[in-house]
Amino acid sequence: MTTATHPTPKLYWTIALILAVVTAVEVAAAYVDALDPVIVPLLLALGAVKFAMVIAFFMHLKFDRPLFRSLFLVGVFGSLPLFIVVLLTFNAL
Amino acid sequence: MAVTAERIALPIPGETGVWSWITTVDHKRIGLLYGMTAFFFFFVGGLEAYLVRLQLAQPNGTVLSASAYNQLFTMHGLTMVFLVVMPIAAAFTNYFLPILIGARDVAFPRLNAFSYWLFLFSGIMIYTSFFVGGAPDGAWVGYSPLATQLTEVVRMDYWAIGLNLLGVASIAASANFIATIFTMRAPGMTMLRMPVFVWMALVVAFLLIFSLPPVAIGLFQLFLDRNFGALFYQAAAGADPLLWQHLFWLFGHPEVYVLVLPAMGIVSEILPVFSRKPLFGYEFVVFSGAAIGFIGFGVWSHHMFTSGMGPVAEAGFGVATMIIALPTGVKIFNWIGTTWGGRLRFSTPMLFSVGFIAMFVIGGLSGVTHAVVPADTQQHDTYYVVAHFHYVLFGGAIFGYVAGVYYWFPKWTGRMLHEGWGKVHFWLMLIGFNLTFAPMHILGLNGMPRRTYRYADGLGWDAWNLVATIGATVIGVSFLVFLWNILWARKHGAVSGNDPWDGRTLEWTITSPPPAHNFDEVPVVHSLDDFWHRKYAEDEEGRLVEMAVVSGGTLVDTDGPDQGGHHEEHQQIHMPSPSYYPALAALGLVVTGYGLVYLSWGWVAVAVGGMIALWGLFGWSLEPITREAHS
Amino acid sequence: MSTHPVAGTLPPVVHVEGEHDIVHIRKTAMWVFLGSECLFFGSMIATFLLYRNATAGGPGADVFSVPFTSASSFILLMSSLTMVLAHNAFERHDSRQGRVWLAGTALLGSTFLAGQIFEFTEFVHEGLTISGSPFGSSFFMLTGFHGAHVAIGVMMLAAMFLLSLSGRLHHDRGLNVELVGLYWHFVDIVWIVIFTVVYLLQV
Repeated sequence: MTTATHPTPKLYWTIALILAVVTAVEVAAAYVDALDPVIVPLLLALGAVKFAMVIAFFMHLKFDRPLFRSLFLVGVFGSLPLFIVVLLTFNAL
Repeated sequence: MAVTAERIALPIPGETGVWSWITTVDHKRIGLLYGMTAFFFFFVGGLEAYLVRLQLAQPNGTVLSASAYNQLFTMHGLTMVFLVVMPIAAAFTNYFLPILIGARDVAFPRLNAFSYWLFLFSGIMIYTSFFVGGAPDGAWVGYSPLATQLTEVVRMDYWAIGLNLLGVASIAASANFIATIFTMRAPGMTMLRMPVFVWMALVVAFLLIFSLPPVAIGLFQLFLDRNFGALFYQAAAGADPLLWQHLFWLFGHPEVYVLVLPAMGIVSEILPVFSRKPLFGYEFVVFSGAAIGFIGFGVWSHHMFTSGMGPVAEAGFGVATMIIALPTGVKIFNWIGTTWGGRLRFSTPMLFSVGFIAMFVIGGLSGVTHAVVPADTQQHDTYYVVAHFHYVLFGGAIFGYVAGVYYWFPKWTGRMLHEGWGKVHFWLMLIGFNLTFAPMHILGLNGMPRRTYRYADGLGWDAWNLVATIGATVIGVSFLVFLWNILWARKHGAVSGNDPWDGRTLEWTITSPPPAHNFDEVPVVHSLDDFWHRKYAEDEEGRLVEMAVVSGGTLVDTDGPDQGGHHEEHQQIHMPSPSYYPALAALGLVVTGYGLVYLSWGWVAVAVGGMIALWGLFGWSLEPITREAHS
Repeated sequence: MSTHPVAGTLPPVVHVEGEHDIVHIRKTAMWVFLGSECLFFGSMIATFLLYRNATAGGPGADVFSVPFTSASSFILLMSSLTMVLAHNAFERHDSRQGRVWLAGTALLGSTFLAGQIFEFTEFVHEGLTISGSPFGSSFFMLTGFHGAHVAIGVMMLAAMFLLSLSGRLHHDRGLNVELVGLYWHFVDIVWIVIFTVVYLLQV
């Protein structure tokens, strides 16, 4: 079960750098009042980027069997609508 | 061209005795353990229900106090759902899943054993509550904040911790079965050649791993409210008790499909065999099962129509609930299509399967009436609901599982259950069941509320309640007949051979009972119902033509005596070695559970239990799967 | 797909004693477990979102220190890097290097935990407690469970370090670097969500 392509340590360091930069951007953006109207989608989007990078590269999902991708994505994308509906019934969103 | 020869399997030396059962990692033994434990709890849960029925047989009943009544109906529900029906499904899945896909065991045999022991110890734990001050009494759904009150009485702590432990067992088993189905199928066994029962087990495993976490969180939140002053469900502090209902029913609704889908899978196996026709529309049955599972995640708030969610939510969930009737209907029509034009044999498994379909349809119809929100507003919390779910869970699931017992008993034991007593059991159970629960539709519509320990006279409920209690008595008698049949048949039942029913699937190719390694040679599968197609081909007019020399329902080894060769192969098959670490880890978790129930001095037990569990887990991860030297 | 054999012959039963790919089986189970954990943490995050304003008149998100938590988030993020470098080292059969990175991961994880404990004590001093408000209850349950997951991860890292020292860390065993890595990364991405939703978006 060896994968066809294998990321190198160099790639991992690059990803880590990107993650650090994105985090810095997020924290800075949280303090910029001018961004308040768009802060929610902005932070969610940036968070999603970090999420996806860790999963795809560090957790190797990009290079692994499609089955694993399905299992995990069903968990993530299945749970999202459920909890959104729950919160909507409370008018909490 | 090697095939298995007919023989009665003898116990292998060193594999008898209590310790061999405690350390077993053989999926078949674990399946039997689940089944026997579930059967025992069935009688306990039935007794609880019977006491409830005695109390309600007459107005102003004096058989039970209100407190005793609350404990008994709570424990009846908890027992039947978590300690009977789920474990029975686990029993069948454990025993047959590997065999049906041509494997020798599940992916993680020790994890499999762990799930069983955690189930058993947690069930025992919950039941000890009766002896130390009282059992849980907040209904099996434990609505908060009612369940968060009376923190000095630990009943609902038993409930919260016990259910969480049971949930861990189920999640572990589900991960095990999913991994098994995806990675250990025999060569040629594509997903769409798997028996329907296996597909249903797969759907159920997914339902459990995704539905248990929300209720686990709810249970932890309840526990924190009760023991650490948390405010998850305390309205006075600004919390919303409705959160509990959402978290619970996000689990609770998929749970009912967990209870019934394996039974549907069993019926889907039995009908073709006893109609001598393939399952009608195999792909439709499979995909509708998956659809039921998927849509089942979208209807949970139909248990909350009277909680004030507002018209948008209510309409949405009402529509979703009606939609779920569609794939269910597809299955019903496919089952009818299977039997249509078949050469039907009404042996006991077939009787119970047909009974399943009829009773489940009735329950499904009352369910559809629940989907209509204004109607449900009248039905909610009345005996109409009690009627509905007993029709689908007893008339449905239980009938299906009993069918499975009659069908597969020969495979477990090598002997047939008595057919005559089986028919007596069926008719008594059918009549008793309908006498008990049909009147509850009427009682509910006439306003009789659930979960109330007595009712006044003059409300017009007396007669039907008495009928229901009489029906419950008939049910009890029918299960005594069943018990007698099982005990009798183990010693005196007719010897079954490998294939007493002229079956279609792989379990009938091996001995009854099977050897530890299941298959002498891993089968190569060429089609759905592969075994059937190895036995029969069809001539130009579509009639069945027998293919191999068949003797007493068994494929005979036509290559002549070959015992020496078979023995050699047995010795080369490495089966996982027995281990006591799974039972140990499970014990540790339950000791921890007791400690959590009895905080704050319980921290000692938490620490002790934690260490035992860690000991078990480390031993488990460090020991080899198969020890080379046999002791 | 479904073939009916010719009448009178049986298809040959071929002896296939295959070894199932055990690493693949274990990874399947781990991904199933992680899918389940998404619902576990998702329920707690949803609870937090429901109660994000239910502070019962007491302290709420105002006691958070975004700079401090950013630093500890960064530390946890970097521990994912060291984790994947550890796995990479073991794949290259460089156990010594692998142990270095394992230790680094455990160290970073422990630092994160220490930061959490420090933060929580501060919050309690400022009046944010599990029993003070639904906000407090849901905050501490969510971050508490996350911290417990990190702690279990650190224990597994330590165990692997010790096993590697004694030469008993095998690719196909239950406790192997790749599987623990998956768990560790998952705990990290849960924190990414928590940091965004609980800290950044509430402040």
